[in-house]
Amino acid sequence: MTLTTPLREVAARLSGVLEPEAVITDPVRLRTYECDGLTYHRAVPGVVVLPRTAGEISAVVRLCAEYGVPFVARGAGTGLSGGALPRTDGVLIVTSRMRRVLEVDLDNRRAVVEPGVTNLAISEAVRAQGYYYAPDPSSQQVCSIGGNVAENSGGAHCLKYGFTVNHIEALEIVTPDGDVVELDARDPGYDLLGAFVGSEGTLGIATKITVRLSRTPETVTTLLAAFADTEAGGVAVSEIIGAGIVPAAIEMMDALAIEAAEAAVSCGYPQGAGAVLIVELDGPAEEVRHQYGEVTRICRASGAFETRTADDPAERAAIWRGRKSAFAAVGRISPAYIVQDGVVPRTALPRVLAGIDRLAEEHGIRVANVFHAGDGNLHPLVLFDDAEEGAGERAEIVSGRILDLCIEHGGSITGEHGVGVDKARYMPRMFSAEDLDTMQLVRCAFDPAGLSNPGKVFPTPRLCGEVPGVRRGVHPLVASGQAEQF
Amino acid sequence: MTATLEALEKTGVAVREATAGDTAAGAAPRWVALPESTGEAAALMRACAEHDLAVVPVGGGTKLRWGRPPERCDLLVDTRRMNRITEHLAGDMVVRTQAGVTLGELSRVLAEGGQELALDAAFKGATVGGTLATATAGPRRFRYGTARDLLIGITVVLADGTVARSGGKVVKNVAGYDLGKLFTGSYGTLGLITEATFRLHPLPPLSRWVRLTLPSSGRLQPLALALAASQAEPAAVELDRPGREGPVEVAVLVAGVAADERAEAMLVMARAVADVPGTAVSVTREAPGWWGRPPGEEVLLELRLAPTGLADALRAVAAWPGAAVRGSMASVVLQVAVPAGGGAAEFAARVTELRAATARHGGRVVVLAAPAGLAREVDPWGATGAMTLMRRVRERFDPDRRMSPGRLAGGI
Repeated sequence: MTLTTPLREVAARLSGVLEPEAVITDPVRLRTYECDGLTYHRAVPGVVVLPRTAGEISAVVRLCAEYGVPFVARGAGTGLSGGALPRTDGVLIVTSRMRRVLEVDLDNRRAVVEPGVTNLAISEAVRAQGYYYAPDPSSQQVCSIGGNVAENSGGAHCLKYGFTVNHIEALEIVTPDGDVVELDARDPGYDLLGAFVGSEGTLGIATKITVRLSRTPETVTTLLAAFADTEAGGVAVSEIIGAGIVPAAIEMMDALAIEAAEAAVSCGYPQGAGAVLIVELDGPAEEVRHQYGEVTRICRASGAFETRTADDPAERAAIWRGRKSAFAAVGRISPAYIVQDGVVPRTALPRVLAGIDRLAEEHGIRVANVFHAGDGNLHPLVLFDDAEEGAGERAEIVSGRILDLCIEHGGSITGEHGVGVDKARYMPRMFSAEDLDTMQLVRCAFDPAGLSNPGKVFPTPRLCGEVPGVRRGVHPLVASGQAEQF
Repeated sequence: MTATLEALEKTGVAVREATAGDTAAGAAPRWVALPESTGEAAALMRACAEHDLAVVPVGGGTKLRWGRPPERCDLLVDTRRMNRITEHLAGDMVVRTQAGVTLGELSRVLAEGGQELALDAAFKGATVGGTLATATAGPRRFRYGTARDLLIGITVVLADGTVARSGGKVVKNVAGYDLGKLFTGSYGTLGLITEATFRLHPLPPLSRWVRLTLPSSGRLQPLALALAASQAEPAAVELDRPGREGPVEVAVLVAGVAADERAEAMLVMARAVADVPGTAVSVTREAPGWWGRPPGEEVLLELRLAPTGLADALRAVAAWPGAAVRGSMASVVLQVAVPAGGGAAEFAARVTELRAATARHGGRVVVLAAPAGLAREVDPWGATGAMTLMRRVRERFDPDRRMSPGRLAGGI
């Protein structure tokens, strides 16, 4: 492969700032980095670097800035929106060698870690002392905290505990100029820390992360309830929320998702269930006991024909096994699939699920539904046979229409997987040109040359020097009747 | 002058001459405008851009004295006519509201639906917009976070009249940059906040306050750490120390079902940790009178630091004669009121001392409010690590420096 001239210049100087084995140029090894968890976007990176320190990242970024070479940061590569898709004309900065837990400070309820540390490793470092790190994306065994920061990762328990951004106290970042800057939640002024988390690598690279540690709840009780269909399950969810209960998690799977999970891990969910609901309650024992009674009553009243309860970790794992395996499990019932990530207001769930059913039928495609029912975050799995001509395209159409459904119902095109390269084209359906131009002002403040993970999040952004023209269009949310005129 | 006023009036927005009471952090504007909608605000801001008018947004005016005096101030934009609660989606636990709605009115309306915005207003009359712009939060920050953690969508009008939204009305949403975070704590320097959408919580069925009166500050540090680590999950842990010596009141909010049992458990634990003869304890159904109120208003400082720095911070505050301290002892965000007497040099020296004493705990000391004469020799904001980036953000959003110029940290 031939490198662009500026990248060749950068590559030649990398040996001056990194150890030789930290620079990868061998085409075979480069290819292992060609995609992240979203495998249908691929690009072989021009050069890969494996730095060990913020200083090394800063030096690499400075070189990129000097030569105008784009760079992309990558953690564990588990992202599902192509946020870490490399640039063939750029440098891929992989943080996998930065995996030290630098400090654990239980009195101050925080840990300081390097970006390559896995999400779960943080919790494991403090579990014995009765603490944990709350955000728990499904990939937590392998995904890196640096990637979590970039994506503002959520997880099953964010209904009660919030997202990555609610659990980060400070960041050390390398800006797109190569400067090392501290962003601290205690600083007065703009919440740049909050703006950085979830910026998908477009504002710089986090090199040191101070996370908040949470106290392990006194009690955890997990309930599994089987319903005839998702509609009945949905009624139960509404009733639970309506009763003023905020469970740690409320998850739902439909019949097809259950079928896949059974095929994959024999999770032994109740026979004949058209939907299962998993409700996890945690907190002070007295409170959990009371809420458990309420939730059980509500589920039965809403038509649950079987309920199971787990009070210890082993039983809990058995209940969660089917849910946690769901994405991979659909591989058992379909040769190929697309994982979608949309959000709707929870009260719109029944209408949106019915809409998804209609779409699936119309296009002759099966859709399995797994979702975080408490916060309306859907993960429809669009199943297709990649050997069948035109099936992939039909699946793409259904997948895109599902996002349209989410937007029409006042929701979002992504709840936790990020926009990345995959959904940049959908951004104008959710935001007006003025909204996007204003977001771009932030980008230009951090990265005027547009070198930090270009091509992600925003569709064809304006150049930073460009003066915006006067916009007179109707806001897409207004046009779709989802928002009133301002 | 008349031409400018005419241009403002032509936007259809109500405009009046400013009076003596309309100063913003000491700066006197010429006019006050009262837009009723985002659309009106956008028209107004476009007119301001055409006539090069400097703008300071104001809501309830409860924190108008905070921050540095703006370098220029032609027009106050008073948001209080943007007082509509656009929609309360109780089933989705979300509320969309105009920025001029007061937190008091909002909580009244939400309570009718059995819900609340878990954000405490320190001042009566504080609006949604002002609370966001100053990033103020009260006792329940410990459990629920601050405004930035509860805000899920925002609409702003930039200096040139551009209307921009980010987020939306779903709690879980990672599409695009979060402008809401950026505008939280921006003190009107990036634009005008006109609408906000928040996630809500169910109103707790029961609230109990575990209260301790300690004869001294000696055991506050271990008490704070123990309460923060408690699995009984307090919603807030507050202290009130009116003077340098003498008794300290501690109040712990336990909210939710089984609040009585949890409060009792908390009480037993707190008494064991405090372990000081002469400590009085009780559980009450009402908050103490000082709960969530600043310890004073004329000269007010805010300290933020790591939880293990509480004892050092309280010692440092005690060195300032007449200082009263109150605030969140578990999250360690404390407000300190000091007497307005003494000169500017002494004030600056004491603020510097406080900063030095808390530095090793990651301390930040901000002078929120002080008479101009008293604060003239001190940087009210103190040093921040990301000043260059903040300045660059500010230049992009408001290149002509017409939005509350100079009011915020580093003179941005």
